[in-house]
Amino acid sequence: MTMRLDAHIPAGPIGEKWNRHRFEMKLVNPANKRKHTIIVVGSGLAGGAAAATMSELGYNVKCFCFQDSPRRAHSIAAQGGINAAKNYQNDGDSIYRLFYDTVKGGDFRSREANVYRLAELSVNIIDQCVAQGVPFAREYGGLLANRSFGGAQVSRTFYARGQTGQQLLLGAYQALERQIARGGVKMYPRTEMLDLVVIDGKARGIITRDLISGAIESHAADAVVLATGGYGNVYYLSTNAQGCNATAIWRAYKRGAGFANPCFTQIHPTCIPVHGDYQSKLTLMSESLRNDGRVWVPKTKGDQRSASEIPDNERDYFLERKYPSFGNLAPRDIASRAAKEVCDEGRGVGETGLGVYLDFADAIKRLGEPVIRERYGNLFEMYERITDENPYRVPMRIFPAVHYTMGGLWVDYNLMGTVDGLHITGEANFSDHGANRLGASALMQGLADGYFIIPNTIGHYIAGHKLEKVDTSHAAFKSAEQAIAERTKRFLSIRGKRTVASFHRELGRIMWEYCGMARNEQGLKTALQEIPRLREEFWRDVNVPGSAVELNQALERAGRVADFLELGELMCIDALHRNESCGGHFREEFQTQDGEALRDDEHFTYVAVWQYAGEGKQPILNKEPLVFEHVKLSQRSYK
Amino acid sequence: MKLTLQVWRQAGPDVAGKLVKYEAKDVKPEMSFLEMLDVVNERLTENGDVPIAFDHDCREGICGMCGLMINGVAHGPMKGTATCQLHMRSFKEGDTIYIEPWRAKGFPVIRDLTVDRSALDRIISAGGFITSNTGGAEDANSILVPKESVEHAMDAAACIGCGACIAACPNASASLFTAAKITHLGLLPQGQPERYRRALKMVAQMELEDFGSCTLHGECQEACPKEISIDTITRMNRDFIRAGVIGTRP
Repeated sequence: MTMRLDAHIPAGPIGEKWNRHRFEMKLVNPANKRKHTIIVVGSGLAGGAAAATMSELGYNVKCFCFQDSPRRAHSIAAQGGINAAKNYQNDGDSIYRLFYDTVKGGDFRSREANVYRLAELSVNIIDQCVAQGVPFAREYGGLLANRSFGGAQVSRTFYARGQTGQQLLLGAYQALERQIARGGVKMYPRTEMLDLVVIDGKARGIITRDLISGAIESHAADAVVLATGGYGNVYYLSTNAQGCNATAIWRAYKRGAGFANPCFTQIHPTCIPVHGDYQSKLTLMSESLRNDGRVWVPKTKGDQRSASEIPDNERDYFLERKYPSFGNLAPRDIASRAAKEVCDEGRGVGETGLGVYLDFADAIKRLGEPVIRERYGNLFEMYERITDENPYRVPMRIFPAVHYTMGGLWVDYNLMGTVDGLHITGEANFSDHGANRLGASALMQGLADGYFIIPNTIGHYIAGHKLEKVDTSHAAFKSAEQAIAERTKRFLSIRGKRTVASFHRELGRIMWEYCGMARNEQGLKTALQEIPRLREEFWRDVNVPGSAVELNQALERAGRVADFLELGELMCIDALHRNESCGGHFREEFQTQDGEALRDDEHFTYVAVWQYAGEGKQPILNKEPLVFEHVKLSQRSYK
Repeated sequence: MKLTLQVWRQAGPDVAGKLVKYEAKDVKPEMSFLEMLDVVNERLTENGDVPIAFDHDCREGICGMCGLMINGVAHGPMKGTATCQLHMRSFKEGDTIYIEPWRAKGFPVIRDLTVDRSALDRIISAGGFITSNTGGAEDANSILVPKESVEHAMDAAACIGCGACIAACPNASASLFTAAKITHLGLLPQGQPERYRRALKMVAQMELEDFGSCTLHGECQEACPKEISIDTITRMNRDFIRAGVIGTRP
């Protein structure tokens, strides 16, 4: 059986769809809202904002996070900023332009109606955050300041130093804590979702593990919202936090949720290069640095001189050369690929040759060190701490790293997946960024989904469906609990020779090598042999010490890596089927003469939605055709 | 580098813990402190031992999840640096490193180096917010905010909620943590309506938790990975006293 993929896009002109839809949606009477329980998994921007807002509306909310406090969700690490079409700079910005930039930036693989709504809501987000006390940067006159980000020729990014994600998350977290005190939200920290419970075709609850006691618990609800972030950690090394995982969305996939465009992953161009085998994560250096930093490598291959010894005319400022109109602010996928290209040519810098310079010398000369310090001080410090080099004196060395996943669970216009009642928000869904996300748009999407979209659409779902009373004594809960207990027992009984981390590292290497910045048919086929082999070895030889009824970090990790070992395979299947290059998905066989991504609009203007078909079976491909009525399909050019 | 570690091991909140000695070999100066512990844990697992439990997540100094007493100093020897951002180049061949959990009555040990910091959430829950339901906000530029106020607010808002200030304080006082939030919100025009009520409620909650009182030792600002100033505590005290003077009701 294939999936019904009705996106439920409201009728009418694009600029009126959301307004009209808000009127047409069914409402839940204020007095009835408290009778409905809604589960929110994840407490980042998309989850925290949703939980707080739905509680404000009167719903009874249960919110879950694996960290010890909802304030620690990985949204907190976002640095550079959040986009909004305020046009405060009078530089020609508008909702339509933000919409246009996002669709084009996503290489025409996102859904127009969703993106337009995102651009529309962007202005409300800034208002809401300022009212909460988010300390956005200001001009001397007291007005809000902006900076530029990649893929845009207007200045529309709002920021709080290099800690924008932190400040936005604290705003949502504080709103959430207010609701917790009021009793509208019950918070479950240090709790991990391990399964989705579907009864009569509707998502009716989840199974969790208390990470301290190990207790497996059932939670029933009228609707479930997954706001569990992206799956970049499938690559082992990424800019994600250590705990970021795909377990919630992967479990939902196995319960019938379609997984859209899993191969669309974003490699961020400016991260600190890898330095050793023991390395546990990669650190991002905000895209905002490309406002003032110039990216270059030596013109000659194998040039061993230090940066300061290389005169200007022997440097290749390759982004400025290749993309004169966007220069150093070319979008992420393009900048990453350009860096890979010069390194492949043997012109990379640093010990490994896998690095390019990001140089602030000109900006410091032009603006003075204090201005640069004010703009990027905390990033420069972070860089110095990790590398022991002072970027005010020597150029930074940077290299692309896995950062964000545009793919995710499929959702319709109401952010509901292919399982009724299962809603997915933020990075965990696929909807707004197509094949490449523009900088400063993830925060925007998380908050649009959380504050403004899901609190409206959830009521529409609840009012429009007959929801039988369900509690956790239902057989579906019991059998899911049982399955988890058995899986846990299995992890703990293998007692093999290899650590969980060693399997994760090996999977990461396979994914980076064959399904990373550039992919090709042969490599993907190799990966599709290697991953099942590794998975088989994992289940035979992994060593998970300790027991199930205690804080056991190795056990937590084993569950997550076991899911990555399945998801990685789906990503490669998707990458292999998509015989075109678009955004972050670059298939070497499909490129223009000058090495740019070559889309095949005739055959691939669709969302690839994968459906779980059972253990060991090939997943089923479903397609949602994409229609572009406003932004004309064209080859992206940033030249 | 070869190092000797003395690590606090404690199987659960109600059992006694003790320092256990481990040898850490092949430590590279470029490793982060937590990566060094990862390698130790890999060895322990391979040898059939139970790895050391410690909290960590973003590993870029912003989530506030990590935090260890390293040779008796919260977050270790480097000023303005969270444990995850500390690198092994701060140590030298042959060093012995003592690694312990946050030590404070208000932070009970869960296991090994992991502690319960839920008291900090309860302090925020008591009043560390601006009441502003989604949807009611006016245009973001309609209230001007002096750049200076925002910069000072941001200095305080940078708090990552790690709890180092409490671990470092001889009284285990949560004053810097609480004061940072009171300062952040109290410096902004949007935070004025609830300013004094906020101070009353947050201070009251702080005192309900198992934290001590502030006697202005200043250890908190020394330990703070975001270098938040103890001046914020003066501000908290002023708002708290003024709340009493003007008869603010909690």
